[in-house]
Amino acid sequence: MFPANFGYVAARSVNEALRLLVEHGDGAKLVAGGHSLIPAMKLRLASPRTLIDLGTVPGLSGVKIEGNNLIIGALTVHADVASSDLVRKHLPGLADAALVIGDMQVRNRGTIGGSVAHADPAADFPVILTALNASFVARSSSGSRSIAADDFFTDFYTTAMTANEILTEIRIPLPLSGSGTAYVKLPHPASGYAVVSAGVLVTRQSSGSCTSARVAIGGLGSGPVRAVAAEAELQGKPLTPQVIAAAAAKAAENTNPMDDTYADAEYKRHMAAVFARRAIEKAVERAAR
Amino acid sequence: MTAEAEFAAIPISVTVNGVKHDAVVEPRTLLVYFLRDHLNLTGAHVGCDTSQCGACTVHFNGRAVKSCTILALQANGAEIKTIEGLANGDAFHPVQEGFREKHGVQCGFCTPGMIMTAVDLLETNPNPTDDEIKHAFEGNLCRCTGYVNIVESVKWAADKMRR
Repeated sequence: MFPANFGYVAARSVNEALRLLVEHGDGAKLVAGGHSLIPAMKLRLASPRTLIDLGTVPGLSGVKIEGNNLIIGALTVHADVASSDLVRKHLPGLADAALVIGDMQVRNRGTIGGSVAHADPAADFPVILTALNASFVARSSSGSRSIAADDFFTDFYTTAMTANEILTEIRIPLPLSGSGTAYVKLPHPASGYAVVSAGVLVTRQSSGSCTSARVAIGGLGSGPVRAVAAEAELQGKPLTPQVIAAAAAKAAENTNPMDDTYADAEYKRHMAAVFARRAIEKAVERAAR
Repeated sequence: MTAEAEFAAIPISVTVNGVKHDAVVEPRTLLVYFLRDHLNLTGAHVGCDTSQCGACTVHFNGRAVKSCTILALQANGAEIKTIEGLANGDAFHPVQEGFREKHGVQCGFCTPGMIMTAVDLLETNPNPTDDEIKHAFEGNLCRCTGYVNIVESVKWAADKMRR
């Protein structure tokens, strides 16, 4: 179908986009790559009155290192996150996630900022970015603030940003030496969206014992969930296959996933443990390199 | 503001297959319909409603994209290449030749999209493995061929382009 009629403004700066958001109020939607919004508009699940195009604002894409952080502009497309030498070197788990989003054409248009701001419960980036302890810079007309991933994804398709804020960049602390990162997902066979997924950041000493672990699971709640029981099982222990399996078994602890037409809750909980194990193993293998 | 003013058509300038086109389009015009209805370039096909099938795939500033999921307005200032722009006069692109040589076509509906995706793949990865080819084609569906000859066509083209 065609989208319902709407007005469109090509913003030329973040400040202009912020002004337009306030001017158009409830009826306005920002569009970046448009690969969540436009499909929704074509099915008339969304019918904003005015689209404000962020794609026409220069300077919002790119990957760079600043101090101890990797900084990714919100308008960076998934394909460029996946192929970035900096991402592949420092945060291969992030590249893992970028490579399994959608398909090649989607990855050439969809943006990391759009994915994060849209907060689809089945999306890939929110899970890995939670594992990586990322923070998100939200700009409003009164300034900027940084929101930690742990606090950002508050409900289905809902974030801690207000209607008058624009996500401009994603900041990820560079992992300490001896760290490994990984992301794996169980894709729905038709849509490719994550049924469950696991993102991991693990740090080990040269002796092999784990000094810290962050395990985020997708598909069990309204957004990414930290598997704190699994993390506690890894903490301070040698990262042997047995320890990893015991930790992964706790991936779904304290969650209450819903049954759906493809997967019931018991299946999701079981697969969360399977994929948590795979992600932890992959991260540990990278940490040992 | 009246509805007409609020939803008013907007001027754009888009280069398609090397030719610059100035047009005025309603905001809700999808790029695929701009190409098909305004420019009569009907090689890009509309095969689904859910951005899954890839029959609409064209190149946008050198990258394969689904033109059904892009507004014509978002293509303002961009360079678009469609299947019609691939051949060099009478000389087919090696990917087009490959689809002929290896019978990667049955009804032909998915074919322009398949070819545009293949061209992007081979431009970034000139020697792909079978797995890499299949991964690259996740966004292109075919109801006829079962995909085997499509993969063979791409490999044939990759071979020719490397020589």
